[in-house]
Amino acid sequence: MYELATGPLAWISFGIFVVGMVVRGVLLYVITRRTDPVVFDHLSLKWSLLSIGRWLLPFGSRGMRQKPVFTAAAFVFHICLLATPIFLLAHNVLWDERWGLRWWTLPEQVTDAMTLLLFVSALVLVLRRVFSPEARIVTTAYDYFLLAIVLAPFVTGFLAYHQWLNYKAVLNAHIVFSEILLVTIPFTKLGHFFLFFLTRAHMGSEFGRRGARTW
Amino acid sequence: MTAPAVNVDVIREMLKALRGGRFRVWMSICAHCGLCAESCLFYLAHDRDPAYMPAYKVRQTLGRLYKKKGRLSREELEAMVDVAYGQCTLCRRCAMYCPFGIDPAAMIAAARIILTSQDVIPEALRQIIANYQATGNQMAVTDEEFAETCEWMAEEASEEMPGLTIPIEQEGVEMLYLINAREAKFYPQDIAEAAMIFHAAGQSFTFARHGWEATNLAMFAGDIRTAASLVRQAYDAAKRLGVKKIGMTECGHAYRSMRYEGPYWLGLPGGEPPLPVVHSVQLFAEYLKAGRLTIDPAKRIAEPATYQDPCNISRGGGLWEEARFLMRSMFTDFREMQPNREYNQCCGGGGGFVPMGGPYKKRRMESGRIKAEQIRASGAKIVVAPCHNCFDQLKDLNVEYDLGVRVIHFKTVLPSMLILPEEMKPTPAEE
Repeated sequence: MYELATGPLAWISFGIFVVGMVVRGVLLYVITRRTDPVVFDHLSLKWSLLSIGRWLLPFGSRGMRQKPVFTAAAFVFHICLLATPIFLLAHNVLWDERWGLRWWTLPEQVTDAMTLLLFVSALVLVLRRVFSPEARIVTTAYDYFLLAIVLAPFVTGFLAYHQWLNYKAVLNAHIVFSEILLVTIPFTKLGHFFLFFLTRAHMGSEFGRRGARTW
Repeated sequence: MTAPAVNVDVIREMLKALRGGRFRVWMSICAHCGLCAESCLFYLAHDRDPAYMPAYKVRQTLGRLYKKKGRLSREELEAMVDVAYGQCTLCRRCAMYCPFGIDPAAMIAAARIILTSQDVIPEALRQIIANYQATGNQMAVTDEEFAETCEWMAEEASEEMPGLTIPIEQEGVEMLYLINAREAKFYPQDIAEAAMIFHAAGQSFTFARHGWEATNLAMFAGDIRTAASLVRQAYDAAKRLGVKKIGMTECGHAYRSMRYEGPYWLGLPGGEPPLPVVHSVQLFAEYLKAGRLTIDPAKRIAEPATYQDPCNISRGGGLWEEARFLMRSMFTDFREMQPNREYNQCCGGGGGFVPMGGPYKKRRMESGRIKAEQIRASGAKIVVAPCHNCFDQLKDLNVEYDLGVRVIHFKTVLPSMLILPEEMKPTPAEE
């Protein structure tokens, strides 16, 4: 199982993720060229960067400042989500062993804490979906389902690191869940990790041509 | 009662045509976070009832049309009007509050386009569109009546400002000036005031014999064919008369259609109008800055005054600083509303709301509460609104909420504040 998951399945899932995102991006470009000339007519580097930068900056927009708890949770969630797997010792050892690739590694206590922070922030986001009227009214089972897909690799990774439960089974589950997540991204709203930059660039430019800020 | 059946095929075609790059991405990445809620005047005015938040309104309209693939009954479409028209002014404030830069207003506007294709539309807007198609203006004023009104106003205004004329269809002038047909019908004084400002500033201008209408409620009613025809008739008039620019009366949505949306309906390259389209706020500010007009310091108004940023002129038109320059030039006690500039809240009269008339008046007053509170908090006694829809809405709010303010356009008071050369002053006591 481990060989299968770290061999062919890994290749396939990385392949679907990369090709899927590239195809989605190219299709989007082609369609938008045909249907939405307004996007390209007014695209501006300056306003795109301002619009993207302000929303990547914690509390960089009015909307974020009006919702401090949500904003804090969302930033902690996203930072831990992206940084933990990239700077995790166990992952980087594998990269080094298999490909000779090396980069920075965070101490294991730190990544462990980051995983816990991820769980806490995810809990805040879930509680908000349940209790905040404006989030609840637009939330469907699909939103919880996707969050579960996102969290599954972290829950299993956390269990594996602490060697709780059956280590081998947990590790295999961790790998398979991670592969499911990768495959899911190009076909769902999780694609926003990339599409965010495009939509922000457009809206930043669209309002920016009038001098109006979108943050 | 035999209302025609809903033409699902037409709806499907339109849904397909509307599903361009932007809509595809927007509908697929919305994270359902609810951050758009706080931006919306309807949400705030209804005590944070989440049913009024932008993402939810999109889901109930365009989202539902896509989900059902257009298979909705006429009753269901008619119920959708309540959301698409009765709960959104297309002010685009929510687009600034979405972390992904989704533009919910554009999607509500798309829902209106589809509803209109099935003749599902607020009754008053249906009548206005018929007027546009028959006469080229929303009030069904004939071109003859319009010419007579201009003649009459030229007579009156030239008594106050000798030498003033109101030319119609005159070639070789710099600017074609467009007005809101309401001015021809109900507020002819607006025409005289604008003419006085242009005369004093040495601005050569003309009206068109046909194609003098600035407004474009067909844009808000989702009738893009009619909307495009209105923009075309103005561009055509400008071309026919050989002017260098189009000047727009103090009207917000008219500027939006003529300056920003019209070029796309007509498929013009780069999405730009064929000649500069300039709003009154910008014109007046330029005249003052260039010294073409001078305000008599003694005549500046001392009463506290505030400025209503019309969505289509500030957030949608980028003219908030020009407006503030005018405010500070004309008033000694200028006070800001909060929030302001591109972050302004819609007055609740935009998006066709005011012309939709009686059936929508009650909810227009409810959703205007936010603006009424802002005006009261500013402590102003005068509210300047360079937009006809804001103007009407604020006048109604003034009564509804007992604000005790006077609502004006810039041109209402600007002519009387100017330092004029001798030859433009009325000859005294000549009878």
